[in-house]
Amino acid sequence: MFIIGERINGMFKDVSRAIKEKNKRFIQELALKQIEKGANALDVNIGTAVEDPVSAMEWLVKTITEVTEITLSIDTTKLVVMEAGLRYCKSKPIINSTSADDEKLNNLIALAKKYNAGLIGLTMSNRGIPSDANSRLELAMHILTRWQGEGLLIDDLYIDGVILPVNVAQAQCPEVLETIRQVKLLSQPPPKTVLGLSNVSQGTKYRSLINRTYLVMALASGLDAAILDPLDEELIKAIRTAEILLNKTIYCDYYLKGRK
Amino acid sequence: MEKAIEKWSGKVNEVSIGATSQEGGTRSKVIKVGGENTLPFLHFEGKIINPPVVAMEVWDMEPPTWPDILKEEFKDCLADPVGWAKKAVESWGIDLLCLRLFSTHPDAKDTSGDEAADTVEKVLKAVKVPLIVIGGYSAQKDGDVLFKVSEIANGENCLLGIAVQENYKTITAACISGGHSIIAETPIDINLAKQLNILISDMGFPAEKIVIHHSTGGLGYGLEYTYSVMERTRLAALSGDKMLSQPMINFVGQEVWRAKETKTSEEEMPVWGKHKERAVLWEATTAVAFLNAGADILVMNHPQAIKLVKGTIKELMEE
Repeated sequence: MFIIGERINGMFKDVSRAIKEKNKRFIQELALKQIEKGANALDVNIGTAVEDPVSAMEWLVKTITEVTEITLSIDTTKLVVMEAGLRYCKSKPIINSTSADDEKLNNLIALAKKYNAGLIGLTMSNRGIPSDANSRLELAMHILTRWQGEGLLIDDLYIDGVILPVNVAQAQCPEVLETIRQVKLLSQPPPKTVLGLSNVSQGTKYRSLINRTYLVMALASGLDAAILDPLDEELIKAIRTAEILLNKTIYCDYYLKGRK
Repeated sequence: MEKAIEKWSGKVNEVSIGATSQEGGTRSKVIKVGGENTLPFLHFEGKIINPPVVAMEVWDMEPPTWPDILKEEFKDCLADPVGWAKKAVESWGIDLLCLRLFSTHPDAKDTSGDEAADTVEKVLKAVKVPLIVIGGYSAQKDGDVLFKVSEIANGENCLLGIAVQENYKTITAACISGGHSIIAETPIDINLAKQLNILISDMGFPAEKIVIHHSTGGLGYGLEYTYSVMERTRLAALSGDKMLSQPMINFVGQEVWRAKETKTSEEEMPVWGKHKERAVLWEATTAVAFLNAGADILVMNHPQAIKLVKGTIKELMEE
């Protein structure tokens, strides 16, 4: 699966401090460590407590691209901050993310075209997050139609079924799995599917266990990518094992040792 | 109609054999294999940056079981590896040799590692083409032999082997110390092949310097098993499995020239046609099958079969 490392996010205190103190080394080490542990891309989020978000995002992206050319997923709700990040990416970036609302969708699709970027489309709108799979799929279809209408590649579109914390919205967990399964039927070839995994365990007691259990279920439902913590060893082990059991990679006794 | 073109995420590792003075060796050129990002010869789908190569075998003693029609080609140099190597390069234009240190096997002459290394040194001095060097196929002895070989050939970037489950530690250590690449062999089993690659790279050896040998099944003697394991390996490489992204080698001659189709004379089996023609074609046909399975290096014996296969490779490489 395509692993997007979640650790460079200003919501984490250590990262927030590093952004504030312009501690390049901390950010670069965190980037490389995530890659070493299996990340195929890195999410970049400046968090909320930043005075000048545009220059913070620029600094963050420049800092990371000094040490790696890996795909970056620019994670912000503000258009100007998004563009500030995309501008300095060295390889094809991912826009994280748009909702199904037309204004936002139009703006971000325009940016995706301008910067030849992928796009994560959340199955939510200004009316909120739907409570069932069918309503999520309607929104996914809307995003997909707009994306393809612009002549963009289906491979570059990631549909995110928006998972909510299990302790808040337990009934949503199977609905999101169903969404992942059905997104694969929306078009041929289908768009990719992605999850912001850690959200499922937000505020719970056994976060790591919940994350990896849900991820394995999602993989079995056809999930292609996830934003997650690659430094969680048990999580990575569960992914590698699921890939073996789904016949995605070739088994051998020491499959956990081999680099994917 | 739209062309159905597969987009692969991975590619085969590129492995170099040989080192010129620029790279710290004494070879006249470097041969590169692998690097392709598509299935064999699908030029419309991806890039095959290096054509498959053919290496001729040179033995360090007279091959005990070869039929006369094969021995005849080498009659003036059968027990003389230096002469053999020179003849290969000068008479047949061979640009890659596979020196087989068969005499080191305890059941052959049980030659010592030092003697074997001496042979390697002489061959390295006599010809300037890159070298593949393999032991006598004795899991126990090959480790010692290749250690000496690795030392004497330090800096020449040879491809050494054959490492198997029982001896990969010593052979990997030998390859690390002399800076050589390694052949990793498992018995027609993709899971074990991946495992051996992991174990070898776990010793700190770069996975990018491993060449896979899935064992070679001869035509009529299990070729199809090797073929399908090789196909699966290549698909795994193209899908991004780094522990199966290695180029693949086949010892074609070794299998072909012990089959009854190459050994039986015309008198014994008139309906099979002319002995030499039949045998050469048997080797060439087997080799071409492996090319289509994804082989990057073919080790062969008969100069005429080699010529035929090189011609075929040239044709298959035309886009």
